[in-house]
Amino acid sequence: MKSYLHLQDGRTFTGKASSTLQEPMQGEIVFFTGMTGYQEVLTDPSYKDQIVVFTYPLIGNYGINDTDEESSEIQVSGVVMYQCTQQPSHYQSTQSLGAYLDGQQVPYLTGVDTREVTKAIRAHGTQQAVMSHQNHHDFSEPSDQQIFAVQGETVETYGEGSLHVALIDFGWKKSILQALLKRQVKVSVIPFTQVEAVHKVKPDAIILSNGPGDPKDALPKIEQIKSVLDEYPSFGICMGHQVIALAYGADTEKLPFGHRGANHPVKDAVTGKVFLTSQNHNYVVKKDSLSKTPLSERFFNVNDRSIEGLMHDSGQLMSAQFHPEAHPGPQDAEWLFDDFISLVGSKGVKEHV
Amino acid sequence: MSKVLVIGSGPIMIGQAAEFDYSGTQGCLALKEEGHEVILVNNNPATIMTDYDIADKVYCEPLTVASLEKIIAMERPDSLLAGLGGQTALNLAVELEKEEVLKKYDLTLLGTGISSIMQGEDRELFRALMNDLDQPVPESEVITTTEQARVFAAEVGYPIISRPAYTLGGRGGGIVHDEADLDELIATGLKASPIHQVIVEKSIAGFKEIEYEIMRDHKGTCISVCNMENFDPVGVHTGDSIVVAPSQSLTDDDYQMLRSASIKIVSALEVIGGCNVQLALDPVSKQYYVIEVNPRVSRSSALASKATGYPIAKMAAKIALGYTLDELENPLTGYTYASFEPALDYVVVKFPRWPFDKFPQADRSLGTKMRATGEVMAIDRTMEGAFQKAVQSLDTKIPEVDNHWYHLYQPTDLRFFAIYDLIRKGTSMDKIHQETQIDPLFLQVIRHLVDTEMALGTEGLSQPLLHQAKVYGFLDDHIAALAGCTTADVEEARREYDIQRSFKLVDTCAAEFEAATNYVYSTFAGMNEIAPLPSKGKKALILGSGPIRIGQGVEFDYSAVKAIESLQKQGWTTIMINNNPETVSTDYETADRLYFEPIQKEIIASIVEHESIDLVFPQFGGQTAINLAEDLEKAGLPLAGVRADVLDALEDRDKFYAALKKLGIPHVAGTTCHSKQEALEAADSYTFPLLCRPSYVIGGQGMVIVQDKQELEQALAESDDRHYPIVLDSLLQGAEVEVDLVSDGHSIYLPDIIEHIEPGGVHSGDSMAVFPSTLTDSLKQKIRTYSEKIAVEFTYCGLMNIQFLIQQDDVYVLEVNPRASRTVPIVSKVADIPMVDWAVRILTDDAEFSLSQQPDPVFQETAVKYPLFSSYAMTDLDHKLGPNMKSTGEGMCLGETVEEALAKVFAHLPDLYDVKEACLVELEGRHVPEASDLPFKEWITKEDAAVYVNDQSGEEAEKRRITAVKNGLTVMSEAATFDAYVKGLECKDPVPVPLPQQSLEGVKSL
Repeated sequence: MKSYLHLQDGRTFTGKASSTLQEPMQGEIVFFTGMTGYQEVLTDPSYKDQIVVFTYPLIGNYGINDTDEESSEIQVSGVVMYQCTQQPSHYQSTQSLGAYLDGQQVPYLTGVDTREVTKAIRAHGTQQAVMSHQNHHDFSEPSDQQIFAVQGETVETYGEGSLHVALIDFGWKKSILQALLKRQVKVSVIPFTQVEAVHKVKPDAIILSNGPGDPKDALPKIEQIKSVLDEYPSFGICMGHQVIALAYGADTEKLPFGHRGANHPVKDAVTGKVFLTSQNHNYVVKKDSLSKTPLSERFFNVNDRSIEGLMHDSGQLMSAQFHPEAHPGPQDAEWLFDDFISLVGSKGVKEHV
Repeated sequence: MSKVLVIGSGPIMIGQAAEFDYSGTQGCLALKEEGHEVILVNNNPATIMTDYDIADKVYCEPLTVASLEKIIAMERPDSLLAGLGGQTALNLAVELEKEEVLKKYDLTLLGTGISSIMQGEDRELFRALMNDLDQPVPESEVITTTEQARVFAAEVGYPIISRPAYTLGGRGGGIVHDEADLDELIATGLKASPIHQVIVEKSIAGFKEIEYEIMRDHKGTCISVCNMENFDPVGVHTGDSIVVAPSQSLTDDDYQMLRSASIKIVSALEVIGGCNVQLALDPVSKQYYVIEVNPRVSRSSALASKATGYPIAKMAAKIALGYTLDELENPLTGYTYASFEPALDYVVVKFPRWPFDKFPQADRSLGTKMRATGEVMAIDRTMEGAFQKAVQSLDTKIPEVDNHWYHLYQPTDLRFFAIYDLIRKGTSMDKIHQETQIDPLFLQVIRHLVDTEMALGTEGLSQPLLHQAKVYGFLDDHIAALAGCTTADVEEARREYDIQRSFKLVDTCAAEFEAATNYVYSTFAGMNEIAPLPSKGKKALILGSGPIRIGQGVEFDYSAVKAIESLQKQGWTTIMINNNPETVSTDYETADRLYFEPIQKEIIASIVEHESIDLVFPQFGGQTAINLAEDLEKAGLPLAGVRADVLDALEDRDKFYAALKKLGIPHVAGTTCHSKQEALEAADSYTFPLLCRPSYVIGGQGMVIVQDKQELEQALAESDDRHYPIVLDSLLQGAEVEVDLVSDGHSIYLPDIIEHIEPGGVHSGDSMAVFPSTLTDSLKQKIRTYSEKIAVEFTYCGLMNIQFLIQQDDVYVLEVNPRASRTVPIVSKVADIPMVDWAVRILTDDAEFSLSQQPDPVFQETAVKYPLFSSYAMTDLDHKLGPNMKSTGEGMCLGETVEEALAKVFAHLPDLYDVKEACLVELEGRHVPEASDLPFKEWITKEDAAVYVNDQSGEEAEKRRITAVKNGLTVMSEAATFDAYVKGLECKDPVPVPLPQQSLEGVKSL
């Protein structure tokens, strides 16, 4: 059945809707240009409530498996594709992408010119969109405050190890946990609204996770967050990085259409090296807002020169706007975890002395 | 400003085709852009890179250490760039280093260092490195004797793969399934390797074969430009595999695992520039193996460049000069940088082009040794569409397949088509997957095409079905044939349903950034986003020549690119259509816009309509484009200089001979036969031998000399219906010459005559030739007069090639090719006459150009052009010269005398007078005292054996020539070739000379 994707800027695209699309479905529309990694994207809490357009036309080729999800369920609210492969081929595949989306009642459109949708988003910025059977649509107020929906409810602890890290949860990805477990780190996941629990858990260090939406949604808890940042060696990833900036008095702003995909070059201002990163963010730390803070730029984006990571004068804090845990995307920045662990280790030694 | 010496890859051969003209041209231009003086050595005259627009000085000289050292001594360059000239240039760089030439002349090697090259290329060093890096490689052993190979095979079990070190396109390698065949394969491999080293490897046939194209700069920044997945699992050489980009069946985890491994390897090798990494992935686990790396730009990097839009060779050249990736702008977007990884929003299929249409009797099996001469690439938004477009681009008739499973098991070049047939007949995909290990995802693509075919046959032209068929790449005439209606019906239905071809952009970034590119493909999956190019003047569409194949090589790309340049100088807007990813013409920077598409009438017509093209140029796209002219004219498209009636008058022998008769020009006696019966009857009125030539073919395909009626019957039995009428010509003995001329309809410009060394009956593409000729003035005049009469008779405009036969004082016309020919680049470069430019000016009615006022050429040097046979890839074929062209490429050398040029041509061969066992000469009625006296069987085993000369027919002679080829020797099957070699020995110390340059200022480029 012919269905529609309405963008807030007035453009409409046609496609074929899945059977699970009944009532019109509104969400913020974003594009992902990576050619693999759809399962990771769909389950990444940072995409909470968004409608994702996969620009690459052939999605679903290798199906859905039991290992590559980033959280226990699909986080996006809708998916736009050109082709959703019905008969996937991969030894790990347990079901087709279509069956997976249907199973979790996530509607999707196929047969859409995804390149044109991507261009529309590029031209007029991230915006609201509606998937619908009707040819016309009025937009309602967009939903916000997604971080409150995706954070966990209680403190959970994973793994064993001599090093203990508290992962402050704004909607963490499984791959962050795995990157830590792989390095024999014990991890306690603490919902950001319960950040005071850090003082009870007494970790060696904290990591602020990724998360969906506007980092300023976390402002009600920013004082408490700053107090743990002051106390522990810290590492912020994506939204975690933005929250760190806010905590120290810097500011964030919305990018025209965000950075998403698996091919963003980032340069390390310290070593001069460039590496490819996985990214997914709508907001960015404002460069000129750093001047009166103890923070300075560590990484920047080669394409648009935007801030990609910070360091603190104390040397005890680092942050990355991109995703060192990859999944999807290149693993070129995984060394950041090692760097952080050695930073924590060296601090431990100092205290001992 | 510094002087950089660039080494090219030499004549086109299997495993090393036009991709190095593309990468070399890009590299040279990048060097010039940075203000360096470029000295180029490349003995392939058909290339664009050997043109003065590209390099400051061009040497068509032998690619040997001795010859390079002479040039280095003369030119004293500061540095050497060898990474763009394929395996040939890379090996030469290693040799120059070993022989301390680089040190002697204080020459810096740009880009990847010698030790890295050796670590990447030397099997043993590479394996040691992989062990250090914890990167798995298949169980293997480096061996130098057959005995060692046998011990290894006994340990790990068969099948065993043999890969000789430092060789090209898997030369001398192969796969064996039992001990019986092992000895021969290893012996051949050891001989093929310049360092007598072979790696024997346990076969991992059946694994997925995946490639990554990696770039790395001197600061260590490393990116993956593209990854590719082979349709054919491990076991078929990647050059012979159908390849899809990006990979289709890998999860992100698989993809990143292999990407990380590739980057780790390239970083450890300290590559500076481009590097290709080939990996094998178990289809049912995360187990992978590293197969090999190529620390240079390659066929795959050319493909990756065209598949993504990322100019690898250009960036590799700049990186070699010391730039870093994050400093270099991505020229497609203009505001992202070279340190970014392209994202595709379409799918690319590469399909190899094999020479088996010319050699139907050859062994068609594929393995570790590459056999394809070229390739095509297709872009679409579905795999189905891309596969179909690739097949349409092959420009060949797919033979009827029988014995399907043989083609699957072997496998052969027909495997894809055999699978297609089997699925049509209802064989399950499971069964085919089990037998071939081809991923079900790819088999599904074929399944969808077959389903669509069937539906068209039963349902006819419903809107959804017609739309689906177009999305899947079916052309209108194909749909008509399947649906049992006319093409006009399909066109009408498409108009009614508004199913129109859209055009989309290749922009490296999947629309994430605004891109300033002019690189376009067509699709039915989505909306049109390409506005017609704005144009102040007129608009031209130049038809390309498609894949490199025997008889239609890089020389046609030269003409197409020169035509574009000429048109641009005249203020025209140029649009190119072609599908060969290896070429300069498909560099998006060449024309004002590139349509990467099959060269098919329907597509050409839609581009002409979309862009409002003023003139279509078929003259520079070889026989491929000329064969389309009639259809294009019927479709009402505006063609430059090619009229279907003229083509017909020249191709139809009856009409052609009638015209010659009217003009008083002698031709050989011949009869046009429309059926087998007619041919057999006609043969009675001639004396054998006869030349039997089918119509509308490339490179003398299917052309044979028949000695008697029985041979004629056999030849007719093997010919195809579409090749009728067949012409029977009496075979005159004599010397053959040819001319390339420019005509404006009233007069011609004919620089000089190309004089073949081998006699008539040998295809012109396989002959050696001297230019300018040594003919008498009276013969020259006669040839000029005849040529002018023919051109004027047809008021022909543009380039024309005419072939003649000379018997004493008589000159006979053999054939006329109304298009740019193979020899146009040679004539243009040696005579220093911009022939294509002039032809284009005539075709565009340039008022400022007058052909008759152009000065005569001044020849400073004599050139000898020579064919190159990729006999190492076709070892089961007798390479005896005849009317069916067999060479894959050509080379050229210049000299002050013919002897000097010949000395350079044969520089790689030993001296007959110095080495007793160098040559064995078995010529009818000739004894050469200096040659070996040994019997063939004994001689062939000698270390010094190098040249085998045998001009005889018959089974034994054939067998000996084949044996000699298998042993890697040079085989000469004409006395004239041998005489030329001996003549070259008269010149002992040839001196390098550059190509003549720019004597005609003002008509050349600005």
